[in-house]
Amino acid sequence: MRYVIIGSGVAGMSAVEAIRSVDGAGEIVMVSEDPHGYYSRPGLAYYLTGELPDKALYLRSREDAKKLKLTFLNARATRILRAEHALELDGGKSRLTYDKLLIAVGAQAVPLQVPGVNLHGVVKLDHMNDARSILNLAKRGRTAVVVGGGITALELTEGLLACGMKVIYLLRGDRYWGNVLDPHESQIVEKRLVEEGVTLRHHADLDEILGKGGKVAGVRLKDGQTIQCNLLAYAIGIRPRMELVAETGLDFERGILVDEHLQTNDPDIFAAGDVAQAFDPLSGRAVLDSLWNPAREQGHAAGLNMAGRRTAYLKSAPFNVTRLAGLTTTIIGAVGHGTDEDVFGIARGDSETWRDLPHAIVAQSGFDVNHMRLLVGEQTLVGAVLMGDQTLSWPLQKMVAGGADISPIRDRLLAPDAPIADLIVEYWMEWRKQIAL
Amino acid sequence: MSFINPFKSDIKRRTVLTSGQVVPEPSRCVQCGICSYNCPIGIDVRAHAWRNQPVKHSECLTCGECVARCPRGVLRFAQTDLFEGRSA
Repeated sequence: MRYVIIGSGVAGMSAVEAIRSVDGAGEIVMVSEDPHGYYSRPGLAYYLTGELPDKALYLRSREDAKKLKLTFLNARATRILRAEHALELDGGKSRLTYDKLLIAVGAQAVPLQVPGVNLHGVVKLDHMNDARSILNLAKRGRTAVVVGGGITALELTEGLLACGMKVIYLLRGDRYWGNVLDPHESQIVEKRLVEEGVTLRHHADLDEILGKGGKVAGVRLKDGQTIQCNLLAYAIGIRPRMELVAETGLDFERGILVDEHLQTNDPDIFAAGDVAQAFDPLSGRAVLDSLWNPAREQGHAAGLNMAGRRTAYLKSAPFNVTRLAGLTTTIIGAVGHGTDEDVFGIARGDSETWRDLPHAIVAQSGFDVNHMRLLVGEQTLVGAVLMGDQTLSWPLQKMVAGGADISPIRDRLLAPDAPIADLIVEYWMEWRKQIAL
Repeated sequence: MSFINPFKSDIKRRTVLTSGQVVPEPSRCVQCGICSYNCPIGIDVRAHAWRNQPVKHSECLTCGECVARCPRGVLRFAQTDLFEGRSA
């Protein structure tokens, strides 16, 4: 039996480990055009800020690969030849046959569609090589312009700032990450960015990247203003890498369509991670995710299924942890706006309780800003945002994912000036006993 | 009579440091490795987080470097055995 995994991200590695846990003898080959193999892609942000050397991001040694009996092939998979159960590599230079195939090629940055995008000094953050090229280009005292949103735009902003560059962050709207954060949360992040030395420009829409001698020299905005800069970093979104699936007859929409077993319409081909649009039995929809942990869980389930151990992937409540302008931030469940009319947002500031959870759990502390927002449904918590102190994030994650019935505290939670942290702790202590956590 | 003890949280923190262990929450972890990189005695904390195992390493100083530096709040101190056998 030969298992072939295309892609060397967490979904791919998780699949390898799962296959090996049930099949000690089968051959496993991982094919990736990324010469760096398996490393922490989210960790690139901390490589940019100088908190980590690049070496620290690599996750498996040669010894580990040997133990897993894993063969790594640095090649580009260019075609899937389903009838022959084979992969064409590097445009036809060689072929690799498979018995079971996993497509875990991930997603990549949506390219900018403005004139000047091919100039030297236009950068994105998809891979290790992108991070290295940013660090080569980032020169102390020079100016970078960042466009885009979400987490990656801030990673670029803070990375470039840490390199000593003057950073101008262009926002098209009136605030940062407006469809996930509420106005107060956006304000917290923006204030901290300004304090770190970032220049924020709202309602600033990029029209053209200006060049000189083939290099970035500035940008022109739609309102005609120009800004001089030496580097333009963009993060305007990502999309699944679909080039391999065209003309294969595999079903796809925005990503490769897979059932809850991560299986495509070809029983020998599976997909997992950012490239997979996985069927979620709970919502009845096929959804895309671009998060580390779902990718890991999908890879794990896919690997077991490939090895003949039937396992369903059950999507848990969407959940992400990140650092926004230095603040550890957890986003759990549905927190965006306009998603559910039955939801009322409540938000409060700091609470002593966050540092006083019974059973002596001491999570990170010492943040100058602590903020919690809960989205309260008819009977359950449907989402939460925590910035700064993370003591309550584990309880909240469990309560949202587990659909905890918060009826006993709902009215008190929604009362003006409610001590929501205390109420959550009080409820959590009882609830966890009931579900034996 | 009640009074505010400014050292209370510090005392509590020290108590936990001496009687606790570092426990990961793997679903928050992206394996960046800041924990392992900053461990003064070279424990591979990241590998513990991948495997969902508390850091029971006999040499762990419970100094808190990994807990404080983790950018995603993966690690926390818990009293020894408190979460023994819990399912994540």
